[in-house]
Amino acid sequence: MLKVVPFLALIALIVLAAVPFAVSDYGLGLLIGAVTYVTLASAWALFSGHTRYISLATVAFYGTGAYTVAVLNEVLPYWAVLAVAALIGGAMALVVGLATLRLAGVYFVIFTFGLAELVRQLITWYEVNVTGTLGRYIFLDITARGIYWQMLGLAAVTIALTAYIQRSRLGLALKVIGDDEVVAAHSGIHLARTKLVAFAASAVILTLAGAIASPRWVYVEPAIVFNPTVSFLTVIMALLGGANRLWGPALGAVPLFLIFEFLSAHFPDTYSIFLGLLFIGVVFALPDGVLAGLDKLKAKRTQPKERTA
Amino acid sequence: MINTPRLRALKRAVLGTALALGSASILAAADTVTIGYAVARTGANATGAGITTIPNYELWVKDVNAAGGLTLPDGSQRMIEVVEYDNRSSNEDLVRAIERLASQDKVDLILPPWGTGGNLAVAPLFARFGYPQLAVTAVTDKAPDFAKRWDRSFWMLGGGHDYAAGLVDTLKAAHEAGTINNKVAVVSVADGFGIDLIKGARPAFKEAGFDLVYDESYPLGTSDFAAILSEAQGSGADSFVAFSYPPGSFGMVKTAQSMGYNPPVFYIGVGGAFPIFPKIADGKPTGVMAIGGGDADSPAIQDYFARHTEVIGTPPDSWASAITYASLQMLAQAVERVGLDHEALAQEISTGTFDTVIGTVKLEDNQLRDLWWTGQWQDGAFRAVNPADKAGASVPVIPKPEW
Repeated sequence: MLKVVPFLALIALIVLAAVPFAVSDYGLGLLIGAVTYVTLASAWALFSGHTRYISLATVAFYGTGAYTVAVLNEVLPYWAVLAVAALIGGAMALVVGLATLRLAGVYFVIFTFGLAELVRQLITWYEVNVTGTLGRYIFLDITARGIYWQMLGLAAVTIALTAYIQRSRLGLALKVIGDDEVVAAHSGIHLARTKLVAFAASAVILTLAGAIASPRWVYVEPAIVFNPTVSFLTVIMALLGGANRLWGPALGAVPLFLIFEFLSAHFPDTYSIFLGLLFIGVVFALPDGVLAGLDKLKAKRTQPKERTA
Repeated sequence: MINTPRLRALKRAVLGTALALGSASILAAADTVTIGYAVARTGANATGAGITTIPNYELWVKDVNAAGGLTLPDGSQRMIEVVEYDNRSSNEDLVRAIERLASQDKVDLILPPWGTGGNLAVAPLFARFGYPQLAVTAVTDKAPDFAKRWDRSFWMLGGGHDYAAGLVDTLKAAHEAGTINNKVAVVSVADGFGIDLIKGARPAFKEAGFDLVYDESYPLGTSDFAAILSEAQGSGADSFVAFSYPPGSFGMVKTAQSMGYNPPVFYIGVGGAFPIFPKIADGKPTGVMAIGGGDADSPAIQDYFARHTEVIGTPPDSWASAITYASLQMLAQAVERVGLDHEALAQEISTGTFDTVIGTVKLEDNQLRDLWWTGQWQDGAFRAVNPADKAGASVPVIPKPEW
């Protein structure tokens, strides 16, 4: 069974990579959106899912990636821009992580939320006072298909990396930290290093996702790329599917993304009300995610049988 | 087990209905012109879209349909059917919605979203799918480049430098007449719009012999302007200029009123032309200058204001609203002349002459250049004062009467 899953995933990946040839531009747009959120939610869960540090900094990295492309797209070749974006994202995560991963619970949540705003204001300040331009243009000859394939590749790498980490010592350490940090420290786990590695890996992926998605926007300014909704959506998607499962974030991201799209098309005036209700529903009915909910349901069904037997 | 007769009958019924609906919509599609737009109903852009863009789209569709629909070159008329999406103020959603309108809904025409960023994000898509793009609510100095890059895009609200130059022009005349001194206090919002204007204004002021005795930027979202205004007041400048955005523009007026700051020239950015402004200025808007303006004495504009008020419930703003409506009139007249073929339409919009609520319009290099740059509240209306030599311009009142 364990050997079958990666094989199936590979086939699914090949099929998904071929889909752009069969769909309309809008279909491709939907695919890009869905795969982007699968990437974001999976990358978010890579750190937050196991450690249970709820991070709202997703858009700080995502936006930084987009902004890096906006600044460098006319100076460097595209692959070099991506490399620089990854480096910046990683460096930012290291600095931020060293300073803040000691914070726990709600303090960490608030800090990460503030981080996106901090980065946005820093960039704004820099642009206003140093470069004197706010609003940059991305004129790259990258087609929607190109963006889709890159994003799909990044999603695949993210999920593969998550699978690898879950099986490694690092994954085990992260799980222990998530269960009880004191116990983790006493069992000899290097807390800071472990958290930092996972946080940086997650941040690099989030930054790359922003960099890959940005050519679709053409015009970039801080208010556009640091949109806090992205952070909230990512969290709720990962939680819906199950943040500590390999496929949980993906399973949460795709349906939520499609529901969003449906609601905004059919109820443009009232969709945010539906959305709020949906969020509340997810938190109340499926606090551990759909996958855990399914497991529970299975357990309930099998238990009475065992008792009667 | 699944294929009970009842279920089969149900399936047939569903299929039949679907087919009937399908053919009905095909029939309807042949009779109507479908027009799509993806505007911000929610999020940060909802205010701007809700004041300038959406009401005019709705008003125009209502007007056209009330007259029997869009007229085609052969004289036949087709009703407009609207396909609308919410772009949630996110460019990613906006891009997808335009792809949906073009490739899924295959609408006949697409109207642009509100805002400079939104219009730039969709420009490559309009170009790829071939739709003409009548970008009204986009203020950008790069309009000439964009018009060249995407040859079916039309830019109709000028650039930051234009508005800055218009203001300097007005102040220069007042300075030469001896009504104000040569000192200017200027503040700008730290955002794309404010920066564009201040960048254009600095050299223009210097060239006109003005001295910028106070020149600061403030972050978007600032709500306390007491410190800024008291420094401006202490600077000895006769002219106070704010390249500001709506909540900020309003906040500055209220603060200036409460602290009794009465410079001979009080200029604010976006928001000064909003219909709600007199109420915000506590009934004393007279003399306040702002970006935009209109020929308040033109019967066409007066009629447009009246209809907008009647249908939408509020008067339009005196800057981009009338231009938005005019852009749609241009579209309708172009369709009447050449039909719905996108290439012919773009060609006609680019080269044709149109009769609109803002007068006769002819684009230059795909841009509307015949615009009002500066306006001023006089006798309860927001009147254009610059360009001063354009027909319909009012004479600016300087110094402004005290609050």
